[in-house]
Amino acid sequence: MSTTALTPAMKLQRRASRRRNALYLVLIVIGLLAPLAIYPVFLMKVLCFALFACAFNLLLGYAGLLSFGHAAFLATGGYFTGIMLASYPGLTPELGILIGTLAAVVLGTFFGVLSIRRQGIYFAMVTLALAQMMFFFFIQAPFTGGEDGLHGVPRGELFGLISLADNLNMYYFVLAVFVIGFAIIQRTVHSPFGQVLKAIRENEPRAVSLGYNVDAYKLVAFVLSAGLAGLAGSTKTVVFQLASLTDAHWHMSGEVILMTLLGGVGTLFGPVVGAGLVVSLQTQLAQSPLGNWVSVILGLIFVVCVLSFRSGIVGEIQKMVRKNFK
Amino acid sequence: MTQEFILETRGLTKEFRGFTAVDDVNLQVREGHIHALIGPNGAGKTTVFNLLTKFLPPTRGEILYRGKPITGMKANEIARLGLVRSFQISAVFAHMTAMENVRVALQRKLGTSFHFWKSEKSLDHLNDRALELLDEVGLAEYADVLTVEMPYGRKRALEVATTLALEPTLMLLDEPTQGMGAEDVDRIVELIRRVSKGRTVLMVEHNLSVVSRLCDRITVLARGSVLAEGDYQEVSRNPQVREAYMGSDAAAEEEASA
Repeated sequence: MSTTALTPAMKLQRRASRRRNALYLVLIVIGLLAPLAIYPVFLMKVLCFALFACAFNLLLGYAGLLSFGHAAFLATGGYFTGIMLASYPGLTPELGILIGTLAAVVLGTFFGVLSIRRQGIYFAMVTLALAQMMFFFFIQAPFTGGEDGLHGVPRGELFGLISLADNLNMYYFVLAVFVIGFAIIQRTVHSPFGQVLKAIRENEPRAVSLGYNVDAYKLVAFVLSAGLAGLAGSTKTVVFQLASLTDAHWHMSGEVILMTLLGGVGTLFGPVVGAGLVVSLQTQLAQSPLGNWVSVILGLIFVVCVLSFRSGIVGEIQKMVRKNFK
Repeated sequence: MTQEFILETRGLTKEFRGFTAVDDVNLQVREGHIHALIGPNGAGKTTVFNLLTKFLPPTRGEILYRGKPITGMKANEIARLGLVRSFQISAVFAHMTAMENVRVALQRKLGTSFHFWKSEKSLDHLNDRALELLDEVGLAEYADVLTVEMPYGRKRALEVATTLALEPTLMLLDEPTQGMGAEDVDRIVELIRRVSKGRTVLMVEHNLSVVSRLCDRITVLARGSVLAEGDYQEVSRNPQVREAYMGSDAAAEEEASA
């Protein structure tokens, strides 16, 4: 037998992954051209929430953990970056974002250690409770602007060279951040670590009996997810030049669940599609006379989605493709 | 002297809120043996099993592996020592292929299982070994099949292959033939006989014909305590065992499968 035997299915998988790479290339080109057709600030909002949803999906879709407190990481990233950039004018935005992300990683480690041993609904409750504590912290702390949030965060100059005050420059930076975040997730899912994570999701006791310390694997996934959510929040703060309390509210934790389920949990692109859809709807509806009905309409869409196509938009498309092209 | 026993328990006891499921069990498993744990329903076999593999903490008592106490260890640490268990309901990773199931077990020894930045292609060199293991249990042609689509008997065989991937010194099998048709039972019995060479096996088993064909030594549990121990001849002649066990539906089962 040859040194690396590939079974037919694996060869198929490899071919699929090559096809996926081609798809990524096309999408990046679309991403580069998109601001020519669509308002860049809207695109940036979509990308920030898409990254947030992808980070959440890493935990729910690939580790099987439903966190109901992910707003805490989005907000922590956002506030830390905002405070740093507002207080230290010399700090470049990429360093501000890095600090915000690290803050979310630290918070994620802390939350993770406290919550990871709980399962199912208890895990969700612990994460919710911890996130609520962060919410009250952000209201009460003297340096967060309380209910008004933190305003006037300067966008500054990337690496001290490129002015991000220009929306197009800002857009390409956000696109780069998103691509990096997405690449980290995609690699994590298709890594030796991803294999173990999958095994834990499929059958946890068996993974234990094979010698894996499952809590440690879940913790790493949790911290990765928290860090990427923080990255999304940090980037968002730079884009909108503010860190707002809505990011810390439990509504936000619910919204990211909605985005992920709508788009397709456990699929790489699902959360991107879900985030795009939710943000578009919110923006469109806010401008229409139906403005006050946004939550109701989103709720209805969610109900219809859960009842009729459970694997989400991308999940359903994948199923169709698999059925018809196999 | 302790070395002749690979696994030993002393006064092993498990109480659930006033109910004693396992009561002062002293079990000795000899290196190289296929040792069976039998007993009527509710005798505490599976509880003993979960205690041995650390899925439950004991209330009292000690567990020794090669003479060293392992009572305080965690389930995943036990597996690293070479004590690998199977489960009553086939424990496979349903949405992974047979090959991936085995590979997940093989990859632990690489020490890269936390490397989320590495490509899964770095696991490809395990494929040959995974295929060998699948071949060993007669599943080579299932390598690419998603486990959820495999027939029940094959899933159990896959579980054995996955267990073998860890090169266990002691395999703990929890009712390996449960819920199987006669043909599958024969296949699994042959498989256990084959893979037990150079290893020790401790199994919980209901099917007495399987026990009589395979096992060197048998411990009979009833109501949480050891009722008798010996080879099949001795145990089956013991009047207490006949009363507690053979008199029940198990005897009929034995006749049916004989």
